[in-house]
Amino acid sequence: MAEALDWRNARLRATRDLSPDIRLFEIEPAGKFVAPTPGSHFNVLVHINGRPDVRNYSAVGPCTDGVYRIAVKRLAGSRGGSAYMWSLEPGAQLTISTPGNHFELSRGCSDYLLLAGGIGITPIFTMTLALIDTGADFRLLYAVRRRQDLALADELRERVGRRLELFVSQEGRRVDIAAEIARLRPDGEFYVCGPIGMLEDAKRAWQQSGRPVDQLRFETFGNSGRFASEPFKVKIPRLGLEIDVPLTQTMLEALESAGVDMIYDCRRGECGLCALPILQTDGIVDHRDVFFSDEEKAANSKLCTCVSRVIGGSISVDTADR
Amino acid sequence: MSEPKPFPLNAWYAAAWSHEIKHELAARTICDRDIVLYRRADGQAVALEDACWHRLLPLSLGRLKGDEVVCGYHGLVFNAAGRCTYMPAQKTINPSAAVHAYPVIERHRLVWIWPGDPALADPTKMPDLHWNDGTDWVGEGGTFYKLKCDYRLVVDNLMDLTHETYVHVGSIGDEAITGSPFEVSHTDRTATVTRWMINIDPPPFWAAQLAKPGKADRWQIIYFQAPSVIVGDVGVAPTGTGAPQGDRSQGVNGAFLAAITPETERTCHYFWNFVRTFKTDDAQLTREINRAHVSNGQGVYDQDVTVLEAQQKAIDRNPRQPFYNLNIDAGALWARRMIDRLLAAEHGQSARPPGVAAE
Repeated sequence: MAEALDWRNARLRATRDLSPDIRLFEIEPAGKFVAPTPGSHFNVLVHINGRPDVRNYSAVGPCTDGVYRIAVKRLAGSRGGSAYMWSLEPGAQLTISTPGNHFELSRGCSDYLLLAGGIGITPIFTMTLALIDTGADFRLLYAVRRRQDLALADELRERVGRRLELFVSQEGRRVDIAAEIARLRPDGEFYVCGPIGMLEDAKRAWQQSGRPVDQLRFETFGNSGRFASEPFKVKIPRLGLEIDVPLTQTMLEALESAGVDMIYDCRRGECGLCALPILQTDGIVDHRDVFFSDEEKAANSKLCTCVSRVIGGSISVDTADR
Repeated sequence: MSEPKPFPLNAWYAAAWSHEIKHELAARTICDRDIVLYRRADGQAVALEDACWHRLLPLSLGRLKGDEVVCGYHGLVFNAAGRCTYMPAQKTINPSAAVHAYPVIERHRLVWIWPGDPALADPTKMPDLHWNDGTDWVGEGGTFYKLKCDYRLVVDNLMDLTHETYVHVGSIGDEAITGSPFEVSHTDRTATVTRWMINIDPPPFWAAQLAKPGKADRWQIIYFQAPSVIVGDVGVAPTGTGAPQGDRSQGVNGAFLAAITPETERTCHYFWNFVRTFKTDDAQLTREINRAHVSNGQGVYDQDVTVLEAQQKAIDRNPRQPFYNLNIDAGALWARRMIDRLLAAEHGQSARPPGVAAE
């Protein structure tokens, strides 16, 4: 159910590092407390180069004690949101929204498969705790690149024991998603939160399994691609513009800053409204959305400007201006 | 933030009679939530948020395709879990696209929904309305949909039957009601009002059912289950045959049943029945009792509706005027105390000042 979000003044109560790159923030909101449901996120007002902007972070744990908890990964190629969050000291004043939920956990299913990649563990952790309470069967797969990237793993191990399986790719362990899906009961549901590559693998495997499309639930974070982000140049011949997209901005933001009239809605690669036709590119388009199908991405005729980027070159696009 | 609504959301509320929910879309508003109900091919009842995720058109204006709802505007399809399974003109489905699916239980010939947090939807919190199952007790009731009063006014009405003397003169009303003492007891979630009228002339309805001359003992044992289900165990037996001591075998026993569902703050759906354990094969009597309750404004419940809607209008016109309570309101006040406790549990202790009966 869509809910209207309210902004709250808040105070950063404490922080705790869950891994060298992942920091937990405990935030006390003012006003009437609205508890999140599993899969919820909060919008947080951040300041990037002195300008306000909004980032979404998943709720970590049930957060029913009047404190909102989020975890933020420090990213080298960040657009600035994580750097801002990591600069905060306990006692800092914040502005945070009441929770919203685009990734709701169903109730009453007999079997669940949960898959987390990297910082994608945050909503999956919360869902796991909720599932313990229901007594439903579930398995939790948690994949990271390096062992030191694991966050909340000890806590999870303690709570769910062998239902947690860890996959450290640097140590040669990878999730065989198709085999995992095959183990799930026919009415079981699959929840995935991780980088776009993992998500695409999961969607493909799910489709091949022939299971009902709605029993795969997923959420991604728009800043993950097949490639590391880098600055790139956008040409718009129709408008005679050449626009630089810096590391700290999305293509959509850069186009808007340059005065290009854009429409958009979700700004996380789901709705497809901000997509523009690709005229030409000498780089690789790193499609980071979940709007286009595999085939559409392979055809490379359009890109979602809110999340997708170009690697190793520049791109020419058209706009709706006439 | 707006004031908390006067109804708890974390509770089971009757939304429809089972026979009303078929393989077609039916709209209801329950606790200010617009809901579309239907029955799947396998018989399971479904309750979804009645607003398309896309542009909020009520899904009840769309159609069923198999067990899924097709929006009547742009053809988005939602399954019984509320999840979108089709979006027009695109190859993928937005992962956020879903409407809320309300927990549903079908029991006691009614479809019940839980408007609050689905994680808290505990089937053991279902009110007991087994009198309505159609087995040992027999009767056919109905519903006042969109009754124009706060649901708590109906609770007040049923928790104090002295009103029968004045509202239902000539049928079940009797001076003996106002003249007889009553007892009130309660648990954490229930309240019971017990009244025995000993050695009285039974009022016309009961005299006809008992069909035995002489004085009778009459009982009214009203059992409230928070937030809004009421069962009234009522009947008469010839005086001296031991009914007050527990032997009702010489008497006639009925029960009025009420599941009162808030629609909005000032309207409700009143599911009612009157069931009995005497003459259970008499279909004619079943129809007569139904008509005695509701019949073109002439039934006893029609009389209540007139009072309740007029009372709500008066409350609306005198918004700052408090209720005053009498001794007879003890049952109603215990019922409201239970409702207030549920509200406090949902909204925190400060949500409502204790002891305020109405506002």
